[in-house]
Amino acid sequence: MSTTPLGTTDNVHFEATEPGTLKKSMHRAEKGRRAITWLLLAPLLIYTSVFFVLPLCTMLYKAVDNPEVISGAPNTSKLLSTWQSKSTPLPDAAYSALVSDLKHAYGKPELGELARRLNYEISGFRSLIMKSARKLPALKLGSNDAKQLLYDIDNRWQDTRYWIALKRSSERFTPYYLLAALDLKVNDKGEIGFVDQEQRVYTKVLIRTLTIATVVTLICLLIGYPLAALMVRAPKPVTIILMLAIMLPFWTSLLARTSAWIVTLQANGIFNNFLISLGIIAEPLELIFNSTGVYIVMVHILLPFAVLPIYNNLQNIPNHLMLASSSLGAHPVKGFISIYLPLSIPGISAGGLLTFIVAVGYYITPSLVGSAGEQMLGYFIAFYTNTTVNWGMASALGIVLLLCVMGLYALASVTLGVKQLAGIK
Amino acid sequence: MKKLISINKLVDSTRRLTSILALCSVPIIGSAAEPITVVGFGGSLQDAFHSAYFEPFSEQYKVDVIEDSYTGGFAKQKAMVKTGNITWDLVQMDENEMIAACDQGILEPIRKQELLLADELNPSAFSRCGVGAFVWSMVSTYSPEKFGNDGPKNWKEFWDVEKWPGKRGLRKQPRMTLEIALLADGVASDDLYKVLATPEGKDRAFAKLNELKEHIIWWESGAQPLEWLRGGIVTATSAYNGRISVANQEGSQYPIGWDGQLYSMDYWTIVKGTKNIDRAYQLLDFMMKPEQQKLFAENIPYGLTNRKANQILPNALLSILPTAPANQKNALLLDSYFWLDHEEDLQQRFTSWVSQN
Repeated sequence: MSTTPLGTTDNVHFEATEPGTLKKSMHRAEKGRRAITWLLLAPLLIYTSVFFVLPLCTMLYKAVDNPEVISGAPNTSKLLSTWQSKSTPLPDAAYSALVSDLKHAYGKPELGELARRLNYEISGFRSLIMKSARKLPALKLGSNDAKQLLYDIDNRWQDTRYWIALKRSSERFTPYYLLAALDLKVNDKGEIGFVDQEQRVYTKVLIRTLTIATVVTLICLLIGYPLAALMVRAPKPVTIILMLAIMLPFWTSLLARTSAWIVTLQANGIFNNFLISLGIIAEPLELIFNSTGVYIVMVHILLPFAVLPIYNNLQNIPNHLMLASSSLGAHPVKGFISIYLPLSIPGISAGGLLTFIVAVGYYITPSLVGSAGEQMLGYFIAFYTNTTVNWGMASALGIVLLLCVMGLYALASVTLGVKQLAGIK
Repeated sequence: MKKLISINKLVDSTRRLTSILALCSVPIIGSAAEPITVVGFGGSLQDAFHSAYFEPFSEQYKVDVIEDSYTGGFAKQKAMVKTGNITWDLVQMDENEMIAACDQGILEPIRKQELLLADELNPSAFSRCGVGAFVWSMVSTYSPEKFGNDGPKNWKEFWDVEKWPGKRGLRKQPRMTLEIALLADGVASDDLYKVLATPEGKDRAFAKLNELKEHIIWWESGAQPLEWLRGGIVTATSAYNGRISVANQEGSQYPIGWDGQLYSMDYWTIVKGTKNIDRAYQLLDFMMKPEQQKLFAENIPYGLTNRKANQILPNALLSILPTAPANQKNALLLDSYFWLDHEEDLQQRFTSWVSQN
């Protein structure tokens, strides 16, 4: 049923025929029911739009938003927007525009924002702006020679690189952050290219993030599937104990669990001391502050996300199917492969997808139990959000991560079907 | 009619209830002034703040001091100022974050003339948006169980893994780490930032770090290096001097390698637009008092900003402060302005370097 104005069509029916009355009352009842449905849905809809859709849109916006130069140096940015940096020299008016902009912005937050933004383009630009703005009020601009004035303050103003960077960052929306999140940048010629070799980091980090998440997911499925199958078949007390064993760590704080692993796995830790006292090893194994540590701890934390959907799915597979297959002469392995496993695919894919999505956003655990080589993308999002307060960069990296998860979801839904993933089928 | 009565009754009882509630809440509001929220970096440092400053202040002025802690960065303050919902009043910040936040209009400028003890303070303790809280220092230390009294005493020796085998702990960030590398490479502390500002200097720092790379374990929170020394994960590490001293007060014997220490000041800042600004100044005044600062240093040995406080400190305590003349050999004052200009690109290069095997 569409939501076209029901009343008007009803009225027409009512005047024309008698059965319209019935139809009308049915419509009315349905309308009431629909209103109740919407009313019940309202909290959810409001919640998702305020706490999910809105932040998401803000994030998309922040990744391209570029207001700092326009509001910090309005005259200069307007003037530079018409400057053809490739063919013509910098117009002298740009110098006087910048001088008046800097004088105007001095002491205001806009100046700090301007300096911060420009420093992303060329490091050192921040101090150049702050220094110039600080020195300008003391200098007289009688001769009208703004150019000389700026040159006197700092000879970096003679370098057109700075002016090109100023022009480049004068646009209302910028591709800077999104490009930087992929180790790309717009160079002084206006072309898109890779950043210097030693500055390239995010593509590597992205690949590493996806690799770690994939490996963790596979290990979780490999451990989780037999565990779930055992829970389905075992006698009830055993199932309860297994369930508790899975859920207890799930209910413990993440940091407490991570610290417990550090105590257990470190060089003088419980595990190494145990093995040494048994005489199995002579030197302690390096189990933590490397990739081994990250995998051990992440698998432990994420195992419930894999086990529970699979367990739920396996519970609904009727027992007699396997009995039927063996009564028809199939080997148990054959029965498992052609009956049990295909029926449990929805559980595996739901568990796998859930584990992967949670794993891909991890950053505290890898930074506590991994080495520098296991830093994941989430770490950099947190770094830019909190430490350097570069929210554009944080948003751009967030978008990259989001696109990866969405891509994976799309792939999974094409190969496995959305209905199966949602558990409807 | 019956319905009306019951509604009246309901209204009546609600009114009675609210008046009871109001009566209950009056004494609470009446007895204490608006509480002030102070935010520090947590851990043993926050404990020292608490017992030297916040608790006595709260008792003397009959004001609740709400304490919170954070791990640095000014994203929260920025969000507070942007939304106008300011829940933090007085916040401890490190120098470069304070300058950046000040430039972006997130902090109240400090009106020096309104501080009662401004004249007693070290002049370097005043910045546009901050008042110096204390001087901290990054030093080297080692495990006495492994090396006795003869461990690596400066950064050059810190690099010598033949003589002093074992893993090394360094903080996972370019700031301070690159300086340490250059000090280890023999650059004098006076020229250090001149060298580091050049591309060759940066290459040199990374080349020096490369020599040690496979032996380094990177720490991120101030408590980690000492836990790792205790756990045998590292045999020598960089650490904050205050953390080492607190561990030593609790019975450990970690030596402090003052030679080539890196020091800087942390500041108290006031979040822009707070309603408690007068109270914040009152607390600032209180924290500048020599006797309170002495109490602070007794809890955690960081350098003090009130010059008179240093005069009343016992010698034993003075000698383990970063500001003691004997500890200032080759000491390097961190250049916050250098890091404001270079943090993002050096961070990127450092991250890229650190994750290569």
